Amino acid sequence: MKKLINEPDAVVREALEGIESAHRDHVRVIHDPMVIVRADAPKQGKVGIISGGGSGHEPMHGGFVGRGMLDAACPGEVFTSPTPDQMLEATKAVDGGAGVLHIVKNYTGDVLNFEMAADLAKAEDIEVEAVVTNDDVAVQDSLYTAGRRGVGITVIAEKICGAAAEDGQGLAEVAELCRKVNGQGRSMGMALTPCVTPGSGEPSFELGDDEMEIGIGIHGEPGRHREPLTSAAGVVERLATAIVEDLPYESGDKVLAFVNGMGGTPLIELYIVYRELERFLQGRDITIERRLIGSYITSLEMSGCSITLLKLDDDLTRLWDAPVDTPALRWG
Amino acid sequence: MSISASDVRAWIGAYATTIAEHRTELVKLDTAIGDADHGTNMDRGMRAAVEKLEAAEGDDIGALLKVVGMALVSKVGGAAGPLYGTLFLQMGTASAGRDALDLAGWTDALEAGVNGVQARGKAQLQDKTMLDALLPAVAALRTAAGESSGLGDALRRSAAAAEEGMQATIPLEARRGRASYLGPRSVGHQDPGATSSHLLLRTAAETLAGDG
Repeated sequence: MKKLINEPDAVVREALEGIESAHRDHVRVIHDPMVIVRADAPKQGKVGIISGGGSGHEPMHGGFVGRGMLDAACPGEVFTSPTPDQMLEATKAVDGGAGVLHIVKNYTGDVLNFEMAADLAKAEDIEVEAVVTNDDVAVQDSLYTAGRRGVGITVIAEKICGAAAEDGQGLAEVAELCRKVNGQGRSMGMALTPCVTPGSGEPSFELGDDEMEIGIGIHGEPGRHREPLTSAAGVVERLATAIVEDLPYESGDKVLAFVNGMGGTPLIELYIVYRELERFLQGRDITIERRLIGSYITSLEMSGCSITLLKLDDDLTRLWDAPVDTPALRWG
Repeated sequence: MSISASDVRAWIGAYATTIAEHRTELVKLDTAIGDADHGTNMDRGMRAAVEKLEAAEGDDIGALLKVVGMALVSKVGGAAGPLYGTLFLQMGTASAGRDALDLAGWTDALEAGVNGVQARGKAQLQDKTMLDALLPAVAALRTAAGESSGLGDALRRSAAAAEEGMQATIPLEARRGRASYLGPRSVGHQDPGATSSHLLLRTAAETLAGDG
């Protein structure tokens, strides 16, 4: 294992100290329990929005704390859900009297810990709504699995809900909006290489030089199956077909297209993926109205990509375009 | 024969040692069908539990088990944190105010804990989870209690049932937790949660059985 770290056990804490030093203009950091909070939180009368999850997906979620997006993020250990005491601390830190939305990715650990945290917050008279994202079409949604994983749509939901909260929308409205974004979004990912967690020091799975893993999640877990490696065009065809046919996205639809790098894939390759995606969607008369290209929800140093589509309407487009000012996402 | 508060402290201490010894094995099992953190997380949580327990005074078994539960909830993370945390918190509620547990008391406490795990995680037997070790262990305790067997014998039978349940997870396809994303590819691997649960009950038999 070759990594730019000091101590495997200190990775999360030391990264958090780096984030604190680098982004004082955006965030303040609570170290015990670990929470990244928007510098000017709580905003009186504004719905607070928090999220959280295992570390190793940077910039998600800590990089999205700031005006127009998240009010706080709870980092867990690498690929491990954060704990209820962190989420409670975050909820209290951002509650401006209008309630707090928990955006939770659908993983058993995240869901269980956020449920315990919501119980604790309600016991302290803070109004909490939780929305679970589950946009990954690689996972069959059935009674016999933990359900679809929350992946790329989470980033988009955090941006759009953050804008709505800045607009002064209430907790129920922002939660409903979050469910709408999740409902109209679909994702799928693939990997060219596994990743190595600092704790284990071993690759998360074995993959031959001529193979790719289709349907991966964001924790180095293997996907649904592996195939012989093909071109960027072939990969996009594979992922985008599954996504488009799932919702389905139809002729005349306008979408936000998010081409995400898994951490070890250079931007030059992501632009090739975007080129192929635009061609693919044009072939189905689906128009990309907005796009996001880069590594925003990663799996340590894994190479590969994921594609997320969100079906847009005027309201969602306006909220996407609204100003955002966070360490990792900034415009307007 | 009964279980005292100092027996419970010894059990938790021994479990922390056992988890530390099996940390790599648990990580390896979790690498195959999960996300490679179960051993690391349980080790961190149990070390915190032992620290908190050392600072906790008194002979109230329920209070001691709650200390362990809270430490796990706040230090483990993942799914294992809330699940093992709930196990100990519910065991603690069921044994609140007691300074000794006989076989019936121990069985009631463990059953309350396992029911709590089931309510929190919504898994069933044969979903390839920790419940595949825990549920048979409780059933074995009930059977042993019904046959008026001694505490030591009952604890050993519950550990054996947990071991059997753990091994029985190997051919199962996971239906809960992260392993369920693998579908049929989860078959052929022993569940890490069932493994750490078996270790918990094996340690109980080793430290609580006395000579009974």
